[in-house]
Amino acid sequence: MAALSNHPDDTASPQDSARDGAGVHTVDLTTATVRTLNAELHAPTARRYRVLSPRGAHAVAVGVDDELDIHVEGDVGYYCGGMNQGGTIVVDGSAGPGLAENMMSGTVRVRGDASQSAGATARGGLLVVEGTASMRCGISMKGVDIVVGGDVGPMSAFMAQAGRLVVCGDAGDGLGDSIYEARLYVRGKVGALGADCIEKEIRDEHRSELAELLTAAGMTDLAGDPAALAEFRRFGSARRLYHFTSERSGSY
Amino acid sequence: MCGIIGLHLRDPDLYPRLGQLLDTMLAGAVERGPDAAGIAVYGDRERVPEGHSAVSVLGAPDDPAAALGQLLPAVTASRAGATTVITAAVDPEALAAAVRSVAPEAKVVGIGSELVVYKDIGNPRELAETYDLASAHGWQGLAHTRMATESAITPEGSHPFSVGRDLCLVHNGSFSNHATIRRALRHEGIEFDSENDTEVAARFVAACLADGDDLEKALHRLGQEFDGFYTLLVTTADGFAVVRDEIACKPAIVAEHPRWVAMASEFRSLAELPGISQARVFEPDPGKVYAWQR
Repeated sequence: MAALSNHPDDTASPQDSARDGAGVHTVDLTTATVRTLNAELHAPTARRYRVLSPRGAHAVAVGVDDELDIHVEGDVGYYCGGMNQGGTIVVDGSAGPGLAENMMSGTVRVRGDASQSAGATARGGLLVVEGTASMRCGISMKGVDIVVGGDVGPMSAFMAQAGRLVVCGDAGDGLGDSIYEARLYVRGKVGALGADCIEKEIRDEHRSELAELLTAAGMTDLAGDPAALAEFRRFGSARRLYHFTSERSGSY
Repeated sequence: MCGIIGLHLRDPDLYPRLGQLLDTMLAGAVERGPDAAGIAVYGDRERVPEGHSAVSVLGAPDDPAAALGQLLPAVTASRAGATTVITAAVDPEALAAAVRSVAPEAKVVGIGSELVVYKDIGNPRELAETYDLASAHGWQGLAHTRMATESAITPEGSHPFSVGRDLCLVHNGSFSNHATIRRALRHEGIEFDSENDTEVAARFVAACLADGDDLEKALHRLGQEFDGFYTLLVTTADGFAVVRDEIACKPAIVAEHPRWVAMASEFRSLAELPGISQARVFEPDPGKVYAWQR
């Protein structure tokens, strides 16, 4: 289960919003509101941003629609990076529920852990959780790629429709319940599989895909280690629930 | 929604700061429940002097101490919003019985020798001032901010529910079979003060503890009987326990530090605790009971 880690010491500058010599715009959430931050990100005056002292604030960097680099220095609450389109968002801390929900493109990276429903309904882009992710990671994912360095909680990839989920640690019970076409790779232990989720053969093309995803996530040591890659197992849909039939109602 | 916060202090040096720390935690939970707020504080000797008991009452008469003073020694009464706290140098059950005899229309919403409960409706920040939360000291406390779903916005429906000696329960979520369980408990002679679903859980836990269960066992039994979704924080004269249902869609975060254990609905409420960056912070697993003993 997600162990949410801690925020670094507060190193906030006295100004709530400032631009340094390198053109990095800094917003300090001890004095600025999240609304001010998001308004700036929706009509950006810089390409690079630092967000200081979020202290678990909700909706940090939501609705980014440009190729911005956003570095959040601390823990965030609900829905960080939601609806991201093109942004590269790094959270130096942990994230609350609904991380990168409905992301379309870009990258969201959390250096700590993520709470439940990370990457929910996301259609594209890359979500990286370097620590662990909690329950329902990738619920109803629709095209996003998610790479988790640690474990994912129960009911992950529930109703996943498209995209790839890579779990370098363990997965809890109910993995891939009612899954459609998403592809799941898990290196560690897997609890009881959800309805219609089965283990599938892992072929060379899958190992290549896995290595590409790990490389994209910055986990190059793992991507270049054939022995480690060989430990991953692949899971996906048995496609028995595509059409409802009363004989199979017990599977739901 | 609803917001839960709780703090169990291990380091006595922090006891004088209990209320101030809870107040900061509460600030992070206001938006989760703007309808009402209640708090419980354990071990505040200004509020419950040594050798005394405290009973928290809703709907108390104007001067309860006058009538009670003829029955009991060293009676005091103080009002904070809708709640009146009455103390006396007798055991808690005797005090509660005396309160019921002089004010049968009033409702006892807290009873104990360690515990003071306040509950009311309104903005949680204002209620924290009404309760003078920041000045509280002691070894444990909890608070709840309510977004009412299963019953009306009334002081009786506010949390915490404290229905046994030094016992408190707060809840985020709702129970779907509370009416059935309430009927069964009423059949056993247990009386209720509200139509609130959470009160049923509190009465159930109190009955389990009266049966001799420990807190952990009582919460496992609750998980077998109750349908619905919930995060619960339950505190006793020496315990602090957290449990979520098997689906666990209601949030909970626990932080464990050598000087304290804390839980909250969101990290926001924990962010300012002393030493949070050294604490082990985790989300409780579904259906698992986490309990700490004093």
